[in-house]
Amino acid sequence: MAAAKKSKVVSYTKWGYIFLIPFFAVYIFFQVVPLISTIYNSFFENYMAGLNQIGPNFVGLSNYAALITTGDLVKYTWNTLLMWIAGFIPQILVSLLLGVWFADTSCKLKGDGFFKTVIYMPNLIMASAMAMLFFAIFADAGPVNQILQNLGIREAGDPYRFLEHTGSTVALVATMNFLMWFGNTTILLMAGIMGIDTSLFEAASVDGASGSQTFFQITMPLLRPIFVYVLLTSLIGGIQMFDIPQILTNGDGSPNRTTMTLIMYLNKHLYSKNYGMGGALSVMLFIVTTILSLIIYRVTVTPEEY
Amino acid sequence: MKKIKSIVALVLVLAMSLTMWGCGGSSSSSTATSSKKSDSSAATSSGSDEAPAAEINATDDGTVLNIYCWNTEFQGRFKAYYPGYTPDGEGDEASGKISNDLGEFTVNWVITPSDDNAYQNKLDETLPGNTDASADDKIDIFLIEADYALKYVNSDYTVDVKGLGLTDDDLSQMYDYTKTVGTNNNDGTLRAVSWQATPGLFAYRRSIAKDVLGTDDPTEVQSKLSDWSAFDSVAAQAKEKGYFMLSGYDDAYRTFSNNVSKKWVDDSNTIQIDDALWQWVDQTKTYTDSGYNNKTSLWSPEWSADQSKAGKVFGFFYSTWGINFTLLGNSLEDAEGEEKVGNGIYGDWAVCEGPAAYYWGGSWICAAAGTDNKSLVCDIMRVMTCDQAIAKKITEDTQDYTNNMAAMEEIANSDYSSDFLGGQNHIALFAAAAPNIDISNMGAYDQGLNESFQGKMKDYFTGESSKEDAEKAFYTEAKEKYPDLNSPS
Repeated sequence: MAAAKKSKVVSYTKWGYIFLIPFFAVYIFFQVVPLISTIYNSFFENYMAGLNQIGPNFVGLSNYAALITTGDLVKYTWNTLLMWIAGFIPQILVSLLLGVWFADTSCKLKGDGFFKTVIYMPNLIMASAMAMLFFAIFADAGPVNQILQNLGIREAGDPYRFLEHTGSTVALVATMNFLMWFGNTTILLMAGIMGIDTSLFEAASVDGASGSQTFFQITMPLLRPIFVYVLLTSLIGGIQMFDIPQILTNGDGSPNRTTMTLIMYLNKHLYSKNYGMGGALSVMLFIVTTILSLIIYRVTVTPEEY
Repeated sequence: MKKIKSIVALVLVLAMSLTMWGCGGSSSSSTATSSKKSDSSAATSSGSDEAPAAEINATDDGTVLNIYCWNTEFQGRFKAYYPGYTPDGEGDEASGKISNDLGEFTVNWVITPSDDNAYQNKLDETLPGNTDASADDKIDIFLIEADYALKYVNSDYTVDVKGLGLTDDDLSQMYDYTKTVGTNNNDGTLRAVSWQATPGLFAYRRSIAKDVLGTDDPTEVQSKLSDWSAFDSVAAQAKEKGYFMLSGYDDAYRTFSNNVSKKWVDDSNTIQIDDALWQWVDQTKTYTDSGYNNKTSLWSPEWSADQSKAGKVFGFFYSTWGINFTLLGNSLEDAEGEEKVGNGIYGDWAVCEGPAAYYWGGSWICAAAGTDNKSLVCDIMRVMTCDQAIAKKITEDTQDYTNNMAAMEEIANSDYSSDFLGGQNHIALFAAAAPNIDISNMGAYDQGLNESFQGKMKDYFTGESSKEDAEKAFYTEAKEKYPDLNSPS
């Protein structure tokens, strides 16, 4: 005690810990406990057969074995990633282009506030409402098919059945994801670009760099942290993709389960109250997400310093 | 610096993936606790059921009547025929009041559409806790459909209707099959009663039949559609004239699925696909490839549109309720307008037996174990399902086919005619078909499996997957819906 009294520095360290308590309390109750209970549940056979509860019986790893041996997990992971990539590539390209244009002072865009608002708008619509909208627009007797038939692209009475083909269904899902998220991505990237020191751009133009040189040599390298952030959040959002394909295909992942995402598959198990399989799938999902995130992280964060 | 950055980024990655995992986990664990709750109350209710049959799990001290169903069909009947019921407001309102000799009651309708087992899941969540629920929340009446009726009548969540007060005399005019469906297989008591019997017929457009076959007379049309090969050749003729024989993939399904020789699931819980179902698959594939159908799916807007004036479809397989409830509604041009000849294609329809006898659907009324409105529930069952005069009136007013043999025979032998069906007495055809309904291959899994089988085979019909892949996908989906089932090895 005597030694502590002599210290000339007042320590505020304990306040740091005290202020962290609310976060950790919430984190433990709402994250750690469910997390452990999910792992625990995944080792049990536990479901409703009609009105009868089966289990919980301890079955070890057989839920995991069932998931892996049927090959469904790989198939649905691929479906999910395919739909994410198909939406993300146009999204990042358009967003980069718009971000550069909006941030470039020499463009002197008029009413950019208006455009920023408009491109952000689709994100305000609920994903399920968006999916219902597309479902109605691209229905067999919907407006798109009527236009196609009136223009003579399709014969009358022979509509193109968008939701009966894998390609068109994936395209619809990707289009919706693109429409909903490109505005958000544009705003993020634009913020990143505006954070870059303008003197660098000026120096580049003084040195006679072309537009594309400026973009690839200055904008992109300096934008990398934001770019990685966008990529990661989009990937994690993509793996959780659920509402759009769920509503569009009525939960079936039709045709032939080719648009069934991982979370839709999880939903199928939880819908029939199959907690064992649901738990096992959640754990696998966690592992898949972590691996994918690590890969992206490895690939995009290069060990250079700028 | 570089190291710290990568560590921070790594932590962020982990935190983000943990967050999403935590979300998935929390929902599953919260539902897990609720299932434990329902498990324990299920145990208590099955315990109480060991008491003698006379002591059913029902009391008489409630004032709120909660009715669970999946559409407004029963609500409509109830509104029109149950004395003393006044709905709150117009249209498909969610509540109403009953005022009769038994007292004053508030009625709540809880309607959950049955797609994807949603209605059953709702019942499965609520019924186990019903005995212990607060008085105003107790389910008193719930409706069940043929495809899953056995699941509930064989459970302890329904009570013996005779314990409520219905007598053998009350039940004497019901078709036997409706009573067989409603009978609990453990103790032989009757748990569910129905106001309708649902033999199926083939409803066709008179104008199209005249164009294709040169006649719209039901007897002559029937002679040209009497078996499947005859049906196929009429389909080819219809196609030549620019019509479709059937609307979609699933239209003929029930005519095959009701003529199966084995149940969906065998005694060892293994799914078995009957040959009759494969016949349906092959026939539908042929129809799809030859353009005999309009590639719609059951209940879709396109399917409904095919039953309207603009439709080019020869006919639809429909049972009793389908004709007066669904087909009639779809055929009107002005849905709000008067139901008479001139409104859409009202009057352009007729019915015949078609190539195969079948039934489709049917609704049963159950009293939920734990109900606190025993006498009222009994009175509703008696009025809605046992009363000959009301049964006759329902048929005369709505053209529905009711579950009262005496009343139906009376109408069948009268000069009753339906304007909607161009003056035909379709009740006579139904009355001839109803006694032949065979429900011996009905099972508790029928709804989910029928729905999945139709859904997956659609991918085969459209050419998006092979028959084998569609079959495999069907097994996968079936096992998701019913984890206790196995696919054949």
